[in-house]
Amino acid sequence: MDHSDQANRRLGGLMVSAQAGDRAAYDALLRDCVPVIRAVARGRGVPPDAVDDVVQETLLTIHRARHTYDPARSFRTWLRTIAERRAIDLLRRQGRQRSREVHDEAAYETHPAAAQTPVAEVDAGLRQAIDGLPEGQRQAIEELTLKDRSLAEAAQATGRSPGALKVNLHRALKTLRARLSREEG
Amino acid sequence: MAHSTENLIRELGEGLAPVRRAAAPNRLALLWLGLAALITAGIAVFFDMHAALARLDSAADTRLAALGSLLTAVLAAKAAFELAMPGRSRLWALLPLPAALLWIGASGMGCLRQWTTDGWDGSVHSECLMSIIGISAPLAVAMIVMLRRAFPLHPVLTASLAGLACAAASASMLGMFHPADPVVADLAFHALAVAVVTAAMTASGGRLLQR
Repeated sequence: MDHSDQANRRLGGLMVSAQAGDRAAYDALLRDCVPVIRAVARGRGVPPDAVDDVVQETLLTIHRARHTYDPARSFRTWLRTIAERRAIDLLRRQGRQRSREVHDEAAYETHPAAAQTPVAEVDAGLRQAIDGLPEGQRQAIEELTLKDRSLAEAAQATGRSPGALKVNLHRALKTLRARLSREEG
Repeated sequence: MAHSTENLIRELGEGLAPVRRAAAPNRLALLWLGLAALITAGIAVFFDMHAALARLDSAADTRLAALGSLLTAVLAAKAAFELAMPGRSRLWALLPLPAALLWIGASGMGCLRQWTTDGWDGSVHSECLMSIIGISAPLAVAMIVMLRRAFPLHPVLTASLAGLACAAASASMLGMFHPADPVVADLAFHALAVAVVTAAMTASGGRLLQR
C-alpha cells in the first residue's frame, strides 16, 4: 500500500469517527482537508485571493454532506468532487459579478461613504461577524471601512489589487448584512 | 491557515452531531421502484391484465417500446440516486441512454407502422397526457424527497434524470393499461407528456435539489 492510499484510508477513518460524533477526529480531518481543497481550487484556476473562499465553502459543504460519505469508497474522491464543485460555483459567481459590476476608481473614491468618519470602535457582535469573514473579505472591510484607507493605500497594505479589494468589500458587506439581519431576526 | 478558516473549523467542530449514514443508491433506487410497483399494482386492480398482455403480444415494436420504457425508468432512477452522492462520476448520467434510445426507436417504429396503416385521424388524446403527468406527480415528489436526503452536487442534471425516471415509469404503466392499441395520436401524446414531465423536473427540480 503506498503513502497516498494510507493517507486516503486515514482520512476515511477520521470521517467515519466524525459521522459518529467524534469531535477530535473531525477537527483533524478538516485540517487535513484544507491543503487538498487549496490544490483543487488552484488547479481549477481560482484566483489566489479567492482560494480561502473556496476552502471555507467546501468545509461548510463537507459538514452538511458528511452523512453521504461511504467508508467503502475513496474519501479523496468524495472530497475532490465537493471541492471542484465549489471552485466552479465560485468562478461562475465571479464571472456573473464581473459582467454586472462597473469598476470605476473615481466613483469609488468620490462615493459619500468614503468621506464618512472612520469607525474607530465597532460593537462586539459586528466585530465577531467581521472576524468570521473569509480572509480577503475581512481585510477589505478592515482596510477600506474601519481604517478608512483609500483604495490605493489598502492595495499597498494588503498586496491585493484594487479590483480584488472592491469585489471583496462588496461581498463582505453582503455577507455581513445577511448575517446581522439573521441575528436580529 | 487563515484565521477565519481556523474559526470556521472550530465552529463546525462545536456544532458536530452524530449522523446516520445515507442509504446506498441501489437501495434508494429499489425503494423508489418499489413505490412505482405499488402504484402499478393499485392501477392493475381496475384493468384487464389479459388484454394488456395480449396487446404486448400484438407487435414486436410494442414489446420493445415497453421494455425500453421500463429499463429507462430503472436505469434513470439508479443514475439519479448515484449522482445525488458526492464522489460519483457524472458519467452515470449516460446510463439510461441506451434504454431511452430503444424506447424512442421502438415507439418511432410503432408510430410509422400505425401511420402507414391508419394515418392520423387528427384526434387530440389529452387523457394520455394527463395520465402520464398525473402518475408522475407522486413519483416525482417521492423522488425529490429521497434525493434531498442525499446531497446532489449537480442538481439540474440529477433532476433531469429524476424527471426521465418518473416519466418513463408513468409511460410504462400507461402502456400496460392503455384501453386500446395505441394509435399515432396516442404515441405522439405519450412523447409530449414525457417531454413535459422531464422538462418540468429539470426546470424546478434544480432549485428543489440545490444545496
